[in-house]
Amino acid sequence: MSSIPYILEERPDTGLNNSRLGIWIFIASEIMLFGGLFSAYVFLRFAAPEGDFDYWGSKLNVPMATFNTLMLITSSVTMIMSWASLKMRQFDKYKMYLGLTILCGIGFLVVKYFEYTSKFHHGIFPSTSTFMGIYFTLTGLHVLHIIGGLAVLIYFWGPVAKKMYDEDVELLANRIEVTGLYWHFVDLVWIFLFPILYLL
Amino acid sequence: MMVMRYQLAYPETPIPIVGWFFKESGGIMLPENYNTLGAMHGTIMIFLGVVPLAVGAFGNYLVPLQIGAPDMAFPRLNASSYWSYFIGGVIMLASFFTPEGAARSGWTSYPPLSIFESGQTMWLCGMIFLITSSLLGSMNIIVTIVQLRAPGLTWYKLPFFIWTQLITSFLLVLAFPPLEAASILQLMDRLAGTSFFLPSGLVYAGNTVEAYGSGSPLLWQHLFWFLAHPEVYVLILPAIGIVGEIIANNTRKPLWGYKSMIYAISFLGFMSFIVWAHHMFLTGMGQTMSAFFQLTTMIISIPSVVVLTAFFLSLWGGSIRFNTPMLFALAFLPMFGIGGLTGLPLGVAASDIFLHDTYYVIGHFHYVVAPGTLFALFAGIYYWFPKVSGKKLHEGLGKLHFWPSLIFMNGVFMPMFIQGLAGLSRRMYDGGTQYAHASDILQWNEFMTISAFCLGAAQIPFILNIILTLAGKVTGERNPWNSTTIEWSAPSPPLPHINFDEEVKVYHDPYEYSVPGHEEDFCPQTKKLD
Repeated sequence: MSSIPYILEERPDTGLNNSRLGIWIFIASEIMLFGGLFSAYVFLRFAAPEGDFDYWGSKLNVPMATFNTLMLITSSVTMIMSWASLKMRQFDKYKMYLGLTILCGIGFLVVKYFEYTSKFHHGIFPSTSTFMGIYFTLTGLHVLHIIGGLAVLIYFWGPVAKKMYDEDVELLANRIEVTGLYWHFVDLVWIFLFPILYLL
Repeated sequence: MMVMRYQLAYPETPIPIVGWFFKESGGIMLPENYNTLGAMHGTIMIFLGVVPLAVGAFGNYLVPLQIGAPDMAFPRLNASSYWSYFIGGVIMLASFFTPEGAARSGWTSYPPLSIFESGQTMWLCGMIFLITSSLLGSMNIIVTIVQLRAPGLTWYKLPFFIWTQLITSFLLVLAFPPLEAASILQLMDRLAGTSFFLPSGLVYAGNTVEAYGSGSPLLWQHLFWFLAHPEVYVLILPAIGIVGEIIANNTRKPLWGYKSMIYAISFLGFMSFIVWAHHMFLTGMGQTMSAFFQLTTMIISIPSVVVLTAFFLSLWGGSIRFNTPMLFALAFLPMFGIGGLTGLPLGVAASDIFLHDTYYVIGHFHYVVAPGTLFALFAGIYYWFPKVSGKKLHEGLGKLHFWPSLIFMNGVFMPMFIQGLAGLSRRMYDGGTQYAHASDILQWNEFMTISAFCLGAAQIPFILNIILTLAGKVTGERNPWNSTTIEWSAPSPPLPHINFDEEVKVYHDPYEYSVPGHEEDFCPQTKKLD
């Protein structure tokens, strides 16, 4: 077995375990990634001709995106609930809430799929305008993050859930907590994307 | 590298040995071949050479040992960092053999040219993997340093090398993602036809470019240099750390101003995020911007001077042992000093207008990375080789490696300052023969090329040394340099996955050398005194 300390228990002088610190640093670097793209958006918006971004921005489907926003916020709540259920040792509730989180995530992707394809049907592609370029890049990267998060969530929901719950429930709770932090971050990115792309 | 130098000294002549590579032109290098070599030289040296060596190899190996930890905090993350690096490296090197050839837009990949030139797509894909690798690796290093320090090893007992690795990792974690973002945008420009970096009404090779326009090439430069300036400190900080360890050990006294140096490099790490646009004085971004970045650039030179001064003062009154690692570490000081001081005229907008894109710039940053970082890495290899393999490298061969390297290194890079001050532009495939004003300084090209080949030959003793030593017998001596830091209390080589054969407890500051009243001239951090 591994002899690496502080995988689960907290180091007294830092008050952290390894994975919690690790995920926060990971999120810091993700903030810089999206921060770079957001500042590119600001830069391009200033460089664009007057009214260009407004015109192309009005082509986006606000009701669909609002629905997606609500879905992601719901998934964040259920994510917390699944972690809390684990802490209270309620395995069935854990499965249910995590399942709901996954469903919301998949729902988001489905809506996004219809949004993208309707754009393509109207002949709108990333090359159509700079706004559409940054729209597809930002939301595309966000979708990739959702897919990555879903892969992890499904892994902890399906194949290993029962086994890990029986063997080391605290380890599972720690994994869900850390995955949850990432999932909230991905939601938060959307909370920023939604106004600057759809509403502004 | 050698091919480039040969080309500069003897342009328009067939190149011996590797001439078959340029078959179509009868062994003569064409401008586009030179551009490819230039771009890939920068990319390979920085992203496949120095960063993986200084942070990946030295950081990964020494951080757990120096803090008394059994392993890195996340072994799987470590492995994925390595494989991501491997894939990125394969993509980069494989791009030479594709029909398009490797990238040829310089390591800086400035658009709009990089959007149209061939080979760039492979470069961007490779970069995304290499960036991911660095990100994963540096996250691991931060968590390891914060969480896995041995009992008793408080922040101000950490060896200086650990501090430099910590700051470096923060720079990597926070500065690399914007370049990843920029690479994604450039990939979109190349593959999806967007125009993030293409302004309206652009004409390329005589044709109007069919794109939506309204983008800006400056956007790339901002995103790129936001990474690439901290990147400079990523290249130099681990080197400074290595040199600090070796100087303390071989002067047999504590590092002078240990805490000031820690404050200095922390401040340097912070400042490195707000100096990037001093690479862009000539882009017409405006006087206000130039003035701001000129000021921050002057400020950031202060912590580097603090560190260098502390190193020189550390030598004062020490009983210096001139072994091979120490020679390299000592050579680092003036070499890095030259590299740093020649940077000041580049940081001031007025003088940069003249010096920008001349060989002066090439000389400046090569002094920082080649005789600077590279010498520190050599020093580190000689110093820690006994720990890694349990065998000490041969001193005579080491000195035979050091002296010619020092001389020829200066032979290669010193004339670049002369050429640059005379106004010779960089990235000229013919070394500047087409310019009348350069004719007075062209003879230096041949001098530098001969120096470069001698420098290459000077590495033979080094390679020979490693082969002969590895073939020799293991002595397994734990602490051949009589050093104080924790890694020397582990077996040589350290045990796999647990490193130490007994529990590590730390009692002392990192550099307790020549303590009055102590019978030996060193007191290891792990040794308990009564």
